[in-house]
Amino acid sequence: MTAQLTLQGVDKFYGPIGKGVHAVRDINMDIEKGEIIALLGSSGCGKTSTLRMVAGFEETSRGKILIAGREVQNLPPVRRNVAMAFEGYSLYPTVTVRENIAFALKAQRESDAQVDAKVNEVAEMLEITAILDKFPASISGGQQQRASLARALVRDADLYLLDEPMGQLEPQLRTLLRGRIKYYIKERGLTAILVTHDQTEANAMADRIAVMEGGVLQQFASPDEIKLAPANLFTGTFVGEPPMNVFSARAAEVSGDIQFRLDAGVELTYSADQFAPDLRAALLSRGEVVMGVRPYAVRRAKDKGGAAAQVVANQWLGDQTHIAAAFAGSTVVLVEHDRADIAMGDTISVELKPEDLHFFDPASGAAISHGTQMA
Amino acid sequence: MESTSLIERILRGIAITVVILFFMFPIFWIFLMSLQTNETILRVPPSMVFEPSLQNYRALITGQLETQTGTLEIRFMGNLFNSFFLSTTSVAIGLLLGVPAAYAFARLKFRGSEDIAFTLLSFRFAPPLLVLLPLTIYFQQIGLANTYGGLIWVYQLIVLPLILWIVRGYFEDIPADVEYAYRIAGHDFWATFRKIALPLAGPGIAAAGLLAFIFAWNNFIFALVLASADKQPVTVGALAFITASGIQYGQIAAGIILSIAPTFALALYAQRYLVEGLSLGAVKG
Ligand SMILES: Nc1ncnc2c1ncn2[C@@H]1O[C@H](COP(=O)(O)OP(=O)(O)OP(=O)(O)O)[C@@H](O)[C@H]1O
Ligand SMILES: [Mg+2]
Repeated sequence: MTAQLTLQGVDKFYGPIGKGVHAVRDINMDIEKGEIIALLGSSGCGKTSTLRMVAGFEETSRGKILIAGREVQNLPPVRRNVAMAFEGYSLYPTVTVRENIAFALKAQRESDAQVDAKVNEVAEMLEITAILDKFPASISGGQQQRASLARALVRDADLYLLDEPMGQLEPQLRTLLRGRIKYYIKERGLTAILVTHDQTEANAMADRIAVMEGGVLQQFASPDEIKLAPANLFTGTFVGEPPMNVFSARAAEVSGDIQFRLDAGVELTYSADQFAPDLRAALLSRGEVVMGVRPYAVRRAKDKGGAAAQVVANQWLGDQTHIAAAFAGSTVVLVEHDRADIAMGDTISVELKPEDLHFFDPASGAAISHGTQMA
Repeated sequence: MESTSLIERILRGIAITVVILFFMFPIFWIFLMSLQTNETILRVPPSMVFEPSLQNYRALITGQLETQTGTLEIRFMGNLFNSFFLSTTSVAIGLLLGVPAAYAFARLKFRGSEDIAFTLLSFRFAPPLLVLLPLTIYFQQIGLANTYGGLIWVYQLIVLPLILWIVRGYFEDIPADVEYAYRIAGHDFWATFRKIALPLAGPGIAAAGLLAFIFAWNNFIFALVLASADKQPVTVGALAFITASGIQYGQIAAGIILSIAPTFALALYAQRYLVEGLSLGAVKG
């Protein structure tokens, strides 16, 4: 089966190849028909650049782009059959929202009744029926954004590129639309790439998440996999809220056990059989590693088993508690589901279970292990 | 809402009146002159009291200039027609060539595009007299001297850079993504130019066209050198009023009134466009 979108060694330089801004670096990716992909990454990491190359607004500096098996990197946008919702909305100012949405359908020579029916359907889904006959300049940012999204979704395209399509909306509406849009896309078997800064949105909508940083694709995997087995330190710390705790550690064998020496004299000792033999060997042979643990996996030890940490903050967020504590020369954050009866300055004992630990190579950032198994 | 005090408004009114008087008085005076005979015009001291007559206009329109030494044939209406024809055609051609070129310069950043655009602009600051001599010789050699075609061609030196630079600024003001959104929806480059870029830049194009028209209309030196009597526009044709038997002030005044009337009307009508076009377009980097 051919993928709906394939990127092969795609590079983007703004300016001369090899000299200009290297915004996208050697991206390889296969997206299957019917998949929703979320593109996640910090600002300026090359998400929009990637989408624009796929759409054909930016030249592909190097590499190949295939849509439904067709090589398109040299075709003009009109021949790629791609729909896009722009980061800056980009509605045509001289016509109404309705006409904005209908533009592409009219270009495809659909009958007026058909166009009307389709426009009304997406407008209803995105809650913009009331503003259909207004002009773009006289509606709010969030309404413009939805109009722009409607203009993309109403089309019949091979690929839907949605660049931060809900960034302007309030959380309630976002949650509502998230579900509706996902249903709309899935029901029709459409293929979509969704750029977002909202991890909840990525998790809720996407079949797979592509994490980018510095123009490089860091990991391309399902939300679960990214959470359980981040490919490198960047993905580990970027995805997940609050972010993963990381500590540099030195692994050593002490009387048959494995001991991790963290900064500030913190020592964590585990019996050797808690790690798979190959992992044990890998950790011991490296010595220096980076240890990561997700906040929700950090526990306060009931007995004396844990390591001491000094509480610096205790925040109840309405549905969970975030506790920050000075630990191993930096801070450890833990999440609990109930209010915690501890105050600043209290000493707590934190417990890190071996199955919750992630290890990374300190130089390259690549994952060594997740839990007790090798990555 | 603007909150201005009464005094401020009165002062502003006075200032505007003074400025209008200052700039409009010569035109008003010329208008008065156009309704008088040479004798009343040259009275000392000058007076605003006279018996208005349309005789000057009649002379211009019929082409019979009465002087002390007899009647003289003038072709003022022909000149007026020439002005119209030359300016309109030049601007039409200028728009036809300049608007797509402006779009290309605004959207397609190709190697040397800035240099080409600047070269075109530099035509505006070369003194016309500098190019006229070689141009006259070339035109005589290739048979373009004293033809409408040749004149219109030379008028492009005036019209094209103006249109190009003003319209380019307008195209650059249109967010590229608006055009991309249209292109990705199944329209080609050309359709996007026609359906999105042209309408959005419409005011700028109108302003540039009007301005170019006024510049073309006011041109004197190119037409003086390159055209003989039957191709001359009013600016040059007015010289005919300096006759052997004296300068025909009344007719000159009437001629001026007739010849500024079209540009004046145009400017009044399109004032808003002009101001926008001049302040928004070309001045922006
Ligand atoms: N037209 C351009 N010319 C030069 N550099 C550019 C251009 N467009 C983008 N860049 C650079 O390329 C990099 C990637 O930009 P891009 O717009 O793809 O980021 P992004 O991931 O979409 O960011 P955001 O989340 O803020 O939208 C940035 O460093 C940016 O400065
Ligand atoms: Mg972006």
